[in-house]
Formats: sequence, structure tokens, C-alpha cells
Amino acid sequence: MPEHSPEPPVIDLTEPVGATSSELVPVPSEPPRADRSDLDDAVRHGDVDAWGRSEHMRQIARTIYDPVYRHWFRAEWEGLEHIPAEGGALLVANHAAAIPSDAPVIMHGIESELGRPVYGMAEYLFRALPVIGTLWSRMGGVPAHPDNAYRLLHDDRQLALVFPEGSKGTGKLYRDRYTLHRFGRGGFVEIAMRSGAPVIPIAVVGAEESMPTLWKLPRLAKMLNLPYFPVTANQLVFGPLLGAVMYFPAKFRLRVLPPITFDVPPDQERYSRSRVMEAADQVREAIQQALYDMLRTRRSVWFG
Amino acid sequence: MASRVLITGLGSYWGSRLAQHLEARDDVDVIVGLDVDDPRLPLERTEFVRSDSSYSILHRIVEATRIDTILHTHLVVDSTQLGGRAVHEINVIGTMNLLAAASAADTTVRKVIVKSSTLVYGSNFKDPYYFREGTQRTRGARTGIERSHLEVEAFLRDFAEDNPHVLVSLLRFTNVLGDNLDTPFSRALRLPVVPEVFGFDPKLQFTHESDVEGALMFATLDDVPGVFNVAGDGTLPWSEVCSIVGKPRIPMPPIATNVAAEPLRLARLLDMPPEMLMLLRYGRGVDNSRFKRAGYRYRYSSAATVDQFARGLRLERSVGSRGPEYRYERDVEAFFRHSPAVVRDS
Repeated sequence: MPEHSPEPPVIDLTEPVGATSSELVPVPSEPPRADRSDLDDAVRHGDVDAWGRSEHMRQIARTIYDPVYRHWFRAEWEGLEHIPAEGGALLVANHAAAIPSDAPVIMHGIESELGRPVYGMAEYLFRALPVIGTLWSRMGGVPAHPDNAYRLLHDDRQLALVFPEGSKGTGKLYRDRYTLHRFGRGGFVEIAMRSGAPVIPIAVVGAEESMPTLWKLPRLAKMLNLPYFPVTANQLVFGPLLGAVMYFPAKFRLRVLPPITFDVPPDQERYSRSRVMEAADQVREAIQQALYDMLRTRRSVWFG
Repeated sequence: MASRVLITGLGSYWGSRLAQHLEARDDVDVIVGLDVDDPRLPLERTEFVRSDSSYSILHRIVEATRIDTILHTHLVVDSTQLGGRAVHEINVIGTMNLLAAASAADTTVRKVIVKSSTLVYGSNFKDPYYFREGTQRTRGARTGIERSHLEVEAFLRDFAEDNPHVLVSLLRFTNVLGDNLDTPFSRALRLPVVPEVFGFDPKLQFTHESDVEGALMFATLDDVPGVFNVAGDGTLPWSEVCSIVGKPRIPMPPIATNVAAEPLRLARLLDMPPEMLMLLRYGRGVDNSRFKRAGYRYRYSSAATVDQFARGLRLERSVGSRGPEYRYERDVEAFFRHSPAVVRDS
């Protein structure tokens, strides 16, 4: 079998029939366990969930991060009531800063304000890194595979956060700030349609100025196999090393927009491409307009 | 439906165990077992036929005994026990011969059940956390054992297409743990210090050995055509698995892990095949809901499986490991089955 073409491990046999006669199976030595999750709790030693997230470790991280959230970025929310207290929802936000500062702020904010976990969908890249990958996963990071997103939203009814701009958003130069890039190929809309979960757009102001990219070094990026290699204003101010991890204290304002639902049946094999792209544009436009609106009333980058 | 059953791999734990289960049923008339090795467990009426590893005589047996159900339990999943060529011979050529016999013109075979493995999904950082039966693997197979399983499944797909009158069930099992089994994972967890890959704490999913028997018997007695993942509910981080078993961990370097694993193998402490090293890095989870919808009820979740295994280890620590209790004696078995001197009921 050629290495480059993975053979699909699928055997297209007919679907299993629903008819069962499990009473014909020899009686198991122990009866089937009734309430498995309760018994599992007695057996388990940790609290890492199906997605690798640990509430205990998240709690510690929130304690450490809280001063940054409260006193450095001074994050302020409006429209938090649009995020449901239960049920799956796909949070979609604009993405910025050379090393994105928006994901931790959004996740911390929603978790501490609403008390429900947020799973941040991101590049596979993290998972391949030792230590960082494990920590990232314990903090609620999940590889952005469509199957993962579907299961999170549909089966587990959780909040999933995506940045459809991806590294195009975080890799943009300072002069392009607050101009949204293409929202991928609208994959996030398809996931929302398939899982029946609403899309909740979030407009974030402040991330762009927390670590603005002045130049990019494409050749170095290519050599290091990175999506981009930025030279940031932070590095000029704080020095090359400290500047790589130190954010400017830009004032964060976040506006949650009303949920967008799609009038299509869930669990379809495919959705009309034009309908998907149209919806992706609608979400993008909503965030873009909200950003312009927020920037119109912003008096200062640092004080909001 | 299954009344004349052929079991491949009678010399393996699964083969012998399933034969025992089938012997207990009155509606199963004939049980024929094939293997190179002797049966592992005492059997009463199962007919044992010693064959070569690739089952070249299978065609004649199926024809002569009018088998209606084939239980193919003999796919090798542990690549540390046999060389690559032997694995290929048993898995690929063996399955080829088996399916050829089952698809002969005047065949009596109506059902084929194959015990496959979630090895077919591989383990890679681009994988989803839960593979469904139709999910494609994200990287081509790197190891011989994975390739052989993919080839077996490809044969089976063709077979199912060409023989619509035969009911084909393909069960993909995750890593199995149990008191009676010897797998790379159980060997690792028996060591005083368990290896891990530094910086990685993958989520793994386990199946209890009784669920493997249960699932195969379920597919034998019920009609569940199709492909099914079989795995205990939930996944567990490797660190937690070791913690439940009560063992400390020793990190192996994340770079050149296979080189670091080599001294362990040479010292005969632990042989970790490449597919296990990948699992210790990225883990693997499968969606087991399709088999549940087909009617199977799991007895153990992943966590409960590990807990049961830990209990077994604690017992072993107190009373020592139980050696093989049974040895197959051809003449004795033949006497009890066929001698006119033995008084049989009915």
C-alpha cells in the first residue's frame, strides 16, 4: 500500500439492523453496570475529561491569570446574556496579536462570569509539542478537527470557541488592524449547521494593540516551518526576549452579539456551499460592524 | 443461526474462550477450531485441527464440515511476538485463504465475524479525539502490523461486496486489558516503573477482556452486519492509568523515543512496538456508540477496566502469578471425544 495515500479504513457494509436480542448472549459473570459514570468516579484518580481538560488545573490557571485579566487588560464585557447557560454553542471571534491574547481573555471571562467551561479550538500544532501540548489540552484546548467540534457541540453540548481567521488573523500587520480576513472556507458554519448549535459572534477590541506586528520575516518563518515570524512592537520596547511574552496593557472590550441560527436540518451529509459561504460572510460582517462601532466610541487604546 | 462454527486461532486465549462459550450452548452443534498451537483452555467437544499459520487447508475443512459461521479471532495485534513476515502470513494470507474458502461456489458459510483492531486508525497528532467507524486515518500506515490490518479489511470489503448472502461483522477492538492477557500495555504496567514519553500524557481507551468475549459472542449469536468499534466508555490519561495501577512513571525522551526504548528491549524488560510509542504520544479514542445502538451493553468502562486490571495485579502480588493450568494432550482429548468406551449422553 503506498504510503502517501492512506487507505480509508472503511468497509461499506449495510448499516447494522436495530433488532437486538442481547438476552441470547451468555449471561455475563457480572451484571452490566447500571450507573457507570458514578462508578467511574469512584475508580478515577484525576478529573481530566473526555477532551483532556482538567477543571482542577483550569482553576489554578484562572487564579494565576485573574490579575492579568482584571488589572492588565481590564477586560469588560457587554452582551454576555447572549451566551446560553446550557446547551452547545459555537463562539466565533476575531483573532489578533502576534501571540494571540484574545483566546485566554475570552475563555477566562466566560468561565469566571458564567461558570461553564469553554473549549478553545486551535491548530493541531500544539498537540505535537511536548509539555506545551499537554498543558494546552488541560487548559481546554482542543485540536480543530470537524469531528471534535461536532462532538463537543452536539453530543456533549459544550461551548466551543473558534477563530475562523486562523493564523491569517494573528499574522496580520499593525496597519491592517481590525480588518477581518476571510473566514476560512466556512467550516465553522457547516459544523454549526450539522450540530444544530447556534453561532454566537464575539467582537474583541484590544487584542490588536496588545502585541502588534511591525514586520514579518517570511524566510525565517519558512525555515522554522512556522505560519509567520513576527517582529513586534513589544520586542522593540521590552527587548527581544521579554517582548516575545509581554503584552502591552491595552484595554480589552468584548461584545457578544445575538446568536445566529441557521434554518437548515441538522446532521446532513453536506450543506449547500453557497448557503455556507453566505452564512460565514454574515457572521464576519456582524463582527466587523460591531468592531467599527466599538472603535468609534473608543477614546484611548489604553483606557478604552 | 450459528450452529456449525469454525474458530480460527483456537490456540489463542480468545479462540479457546469463545469455544468454551459456544460449547455451553445446545443450539451450537459443531465447533471446529484451527491453529498452529494447542488450545489454551480445556475444551469438551470442540474439534481441534492443527493447521499451518496461513490456513491453506481451510477450504477442505469448510467443505467437509459444512460450516455456517466463521469466527476469525486470529489476527495478530501484538507485533512484538512475531516477525513481520510471520504477521503478514497469519493476518493477510490467512485471511485471504479464509475468505477464499468462505466464498467458494457451493459454500455453506453464511456469517463471518472478524476480530480486528483500532490499529487501523493509527495514532497521529492530526487525529480527531474520537474515531467513528467511517473516519479516515490522517496518515498512511507506518508499521507492518497496521498495514496488515488495513489489507485484511480491504479483503473483507471486497468479500462483503461479492457475497451479499454472507453476513459480515467486523469488530475493531481497542487495547485490551485483563488478568488472562499478555499485551505490550499489560507488560508495561507490570513493570515496577512504567515508561511514558516526556511531555505527553495521551488519552487512551481500554476494553476489558470480558467485553471482547461478550462482543464476539454477541456478533455470533445476533445478526449485526457492519463495522463496529468496540471499546469501554471514556478515555483516561496515561498518567492516571499508571496512578490507578499504583506505579510511578519514568520519562523517555520525546525525540528519538524508539532509540531510547531499545535498551529496554535488549534488556528484555519491555518491548514497545512503534505503534505503542505513537499511542504513548498522541493516544487514541474511538466512538463506541454504534455497537451500543446495535444492542451490545458494555460491562466495563475504560476506567473500570484499568481498575479491574489493578485489582488483578494486587492479587498477583499476594498469591503469585498463576501459571498455565491446562495442557492439551492430543491422545487424551481424542479419547474423550471419539472412543466408543466413553459413555455419552443422548
